[in-house]
Amino acid sequence: MIAIIDYKMGNLRSVENALKRLGAEFVVTAEADVIKRADKVLLPGVGNAAEAMENLRQANLVEVIRSLRRPVLGICVGMQVMCCHSEEGDAKCLGIFDAKVRRFEPTAEEKVPHMGWNSIGNLESKLFKGINGGEMVYFVHSYYPELCPDTIATTRHGVMFSAALKYENFYGTQFHPEKSGDVGERIIANFLKL
Amino acid sequence: MVAKRIIPCLDVKDGRTVKGVNFVDLRDVGDAVALGQYYARCGADELVYLDISASKEGRATFTQLVERISDGINIPFTVGGGISSLEDAARLLDAGADKISINSAAIANPSLIDQIASRYGSQFVVVAIDARCGDDGVWRVTTHGGSRQSDKELFSWASEAEQRGAGEILFTSMNHDGTRQGYPCETFARMSQELSIPIIASGGAGSVKDIAEVLTEGRADAALAASIFHFGEITVGELKSELKKMNICVR
Repeated sequence: MIAIIDYKMGNLRSVENALKRLGAEFVVTAEADVIKRADKVLLPGVGNAAEAMENLRQANLVEVIRSLRRPVLGICVGMQVMCCHSEEGDAKCLGIFDAKVRRFEPTAEEKVPHMGWNSIGNLESKLFKGINGGEMVYFVHSYYPELCPDTIATTRHGVMFSAALKYENFYGTQFHPEKSGDVGERIIANFLKL
Repeated sequence: MVAKRIIPCLDVKDGRTVKGVNFVDLRDVGDAVALGQYYARCGADELVYLDISASKEGRATFTQLVERISDGINIPFTVGGGISSLEDAARLLDAGADKISINSAAIANPSLIDQIASRYGSQFVVVAIDARCGDDGVWRVTTHGGSRQSDKELFSWASEAEQRGAGEILFTSMNHDGTRQGYPCETFARMSQELSIPIIASGGAGSVKDIAEVLTEGRADAALAASIFHFGEITVGELKSELKKMNICVR
């Protein structure tokens, strides 16, 4: 069973739909016991990182998530809260990935939010099995995780940043695989096979 | 580098897409989900569904349709048409929309942008602006499909919308909409320079060249089009491969 963590950070429908299309069984939950028992855990999230951390604390999920030993996938803000710190609201985060989350500086060429399809490269994980470097995925964000030893995919938007991170059983994507067409579906399917 | 986006726009009335023609491999072009899936297969980067129902029943049908779209489509989609309150936005978010587009309601009540953006994030809020350039060279914002003129000037309203939390601007020139003569590229370029959020160009595309120009000279981040796709003149895939030949970064 797959657990999608519901901590009131945006709509989970598109993540649920992506799992449905892949024929996976899942529950949407904030209950620690269910999350701890799950074979796979998804931590989606859209919105503000500081608020996301606060919601995880309120739901008593901070230690629960850190203690998980089965594959966990954070998506977008769900990934950012797994980093050590976010400039958004000066938030101390879960500290699973060894990366800080910084704000993009808009330039004449690079708009903020970074919105749309961009390519991923330097792919280094089973998460990207069957995916070629240069494939495009869908991003929507104004803050980005820096490059760090946990980086398993990179993207450039003015600066080069971590499009995906991995530390032991924890994975995170800054992009939205559930909105990234067939490439995204493949990445989710790969995660489910880990 | 983030790719320039190509976004087909589908008009929906009472739960059915209108204005489409028969595509070879599509049995029912009135089926908004099937048509959206067709465009997604052709390489559309996002979709916009615009509810043009006038009735309350039509609106309820649209919400159910948004749920089906969300179930069936694996690329982002925006919904617009008749959204005038935080409750409308919440209803469509719950139904699975990735973004909502607001237009006349934002002009009547600009704080609606702040309310929706602070609640659901800027990425959820597209502010659509229709404007007409007068003989004096001033772009004035219009509402209700261009039939009414507001007291707002285009560039100041676009900046205000950004300040209030809009995540993107969808700009249509009423001088060009429906003419198929191309876009006002200088106006787009100025808007792009003054704002730091993405700009979607709409209204006026008659050819690949027009779209290429607005994405380069006009510096738009995305192009939205309806008729050139619906009438089968060019597929999204063909358009994108033409743009690629012109060294424009597309997916």
